Amino acid sequence: MSNDTDEVFVGVDVGASRTKVAILDAAANLIGYDVRKSGTDFAGTADLCMEASLDMAAVSRNKIQYCVSTGYGRKNVAFSRETKTEISCHARGCYHYFPMAMTIIDIGGQDNKVIKLDDQGRRINFKMNRKCAAGTGAFLEEMSARLDIPLEEMDALARQSTEMVELGSYCTVFSGTEVLEKIRQGKKVPDIVKGLFFSVIKRVLEMDSLTDRVAMTGGVVEHNPYLVDMVREITSRDILVPEHPQLTGAVGAALFAREAAAAEMIRDE
Amino acid sequence: MTEEKKVTRKKIEATEVCKKIMADHFYEMDEAVRTRSKKIAWCTSVGPAELLRGMGFLVYFPENHGAMLGATRMATDLIPYANALGYSPDICSYLTCDIGSYLQKKTPLKMAYNIESVPRPDVLVYNTNQCRDVQDWFAWYSRELNVPLVGVHTHRDIGDIGPTQIKDIAVQIEDLVPQLEQVSGGKFDMDRFKEAVGYSRRTSELWRACLETAAAVPSPWTFFDATIHMGPAVVARGTREGMEYYELLLPELEQRIRDGVAAVEGERHRLYWEGMPIWGKLRPLSEQFYSLKACVVASTYCNSWIFDQLDPAKPFESMAVAYTELFIVRDEPFKEKYIADCLEKFKFDGIVFHDAKTCPNNSNNRYGMPERIAKNLGIPVLTINGDLCDLRCYSEEQAKTNIEAFIEQLEET
Repeated sequence: MSNDTDEVFVGVDVGASRTKVAILDAAANLIGYDVRKSGTDFAGTADLCMEASLDMAAVSRNKIQYCVSTGYGRKNVAFSRETKTEISCHARGCYHYFPMAMTIIDIGGQDNKVIKLDDQGRRINFKMNRKCAAGTGAFLEEMSARLDIPLEEMDALARQSTEMVELGSYCTVFSGTEVLEKIRQGKKVPDIVKGLFFSVIKRVLEMDSLTDRVAMTGGVVEHNPYLVDMVREITSRDILVPEHPQLTGAVGAALFAREAAAAEMIRDE
Repeated sequence: MTEEKKVTRKKIEATEVCKKIMADHFYEMDEAVRTRSKKIAWCTSVGPAELLRGMGFLVYFPENHGAMLGATRMATDLIPYANALGYSPDICSYLTCDIGSYLQKKTPLKMAYNIESVPRPDVLVYNTNQCRDVQDWFAWYSRELNVPLVGVHTHRDIGDIGPTQIKDIAVQIEDLVPQLEQVSGGKFDMDRFKEAVGYSRRTSELWRACLETAAAVPSPWTFFDATIHMGPAVVARGTREGMEYYELLLPELEQRIRDGVAAVEGERHRLYWEGMPIWGKLRPLSEQFYSLKACVVASTYCNSWIFDQLDPAKPFESMAVAYTELFIVRDEPFKEKYIADCLEKFKFDGIVFHDAKTCPNNSNNRYGMPERIAKNLGIPVLTINGDLCDLRCYSEEQAKTNIEAFIEQLEET
């Protein structure tokens, strides 16, 4: 664990739904982090997240050697020295945990990404969902509201399913109508929830082929680990998941910060 | 905090002349409509403009008006009026915004040139080499304005073009003559026609040379510049004025190369743009690429106004060749080879495919081409979703993030 004399490297991921901060020590250990709703004040939320993360890491703000921000609100982070896209940061973060050629599936609040890396961690290709948010966290949030089920209970409910209800529509709004129809037909709520998870998986798997090993990241994966089990079953593949999948982008940003600080030091010498 | 850089670029001096040619094009037609001094033919972008010029018509290009509606961001508000008539939001947004413009009596010509409306046509002439939508578009005006509609039907998805196809198209063009004579009230003048073909040929040679200056490193101009400077090649095709514009522009671009003037300061990456421009977002896209030190050096779109097969000695046949050998008319293997040849010439590092929601014919990402090209040419590709005019189909933040991530990917390699 770090102490107040150590220098740290910070990654801030201001996502459309949640803001995440990750603090790494000199050896790239994750020593502090925080997650909260991005809200409408991106800069303020990033600041609060940073304070909480520093508290957890037990370091003061002046120990921050370098900060890189990412995510939709990356340009709103006043204390960031540099910005990187979330695609680069998820790739960097994931490769840190799993240094191998892989396909990364990131399911975020408003967008999904499929990123392919070679065995050196270089990006070969990436795809984001088209402008429609079907199959993202926003879809599950909308459906939890429709079904009047707290978001955090969805995972446990899906696990109780005995006969999954399949939903056909691309569109979140039409899926909502379909769900209402299933309720009217007397389908069980756990079976519908599992169907919603399956719908998310279908949207992601149709974005690109899966090559090499497969890793999954993002807030939706962190809070709904059953979704990963379902992907394992559907694809007959072992799926890698980092310890804190929701923090992957922030960790990647912090790793870029660590590299930038090292490069800066070399330049200064 | 990282701010996007404010963009200051060295202006292309010929721009003022370009603007004047565009203005004169519209003033001349406005005057002709008011004084009834000349007949007006509406023509699709790669329709038989030379023939129309040779027969004394002033030629108006509705696709150019569609691009103006897109660039002024008027299109998105006007499209729904055409949708309400039964024209789907999924079909050509040039068509829907132009019909919406007519219905609402709103045109960018008013703002740009104080002209109240587009010139009323005496005849509508299409070539389906662009798509079937142009025919439907002109057919609507034909019914609405009770104006004759004539056209050429081009073969599509062609690999090797044979004499059968060329003969067919040449005959179709020649068959337009008596129909057009009825409208013009005059006799067809072969010499005048050949002269127009000659101007088009020379304009094309010069336009090609202008585009190929972007093979220089650094490039003296970008795709975004070329979308503006192609204006005279579109609207003044087959005229001396059009040709003379590129006699002016080409030496300036060549001088920029000699002077080492870079369109993108510190050019680090060179890209190819495949597909339609996103007219309403040209400036922010241009500025984003500039801030990322990425120069879009070549495009299928701007190359599509090179018709150097035209030959005044064989005007009908050479028009048939020029207007059938177009990229848009060809099959996938031809298109892939074409892009490979462009890579050889322009030495770009990656390709941006624009999937234009309402323009399937100009969106070449939909049948696996980006993946095949990435594999065969060994360069990265990116597809962004948008549209030529309908900004409801464009998520700016998504596109910007995709482009930035693509440049980061190029930085890594």
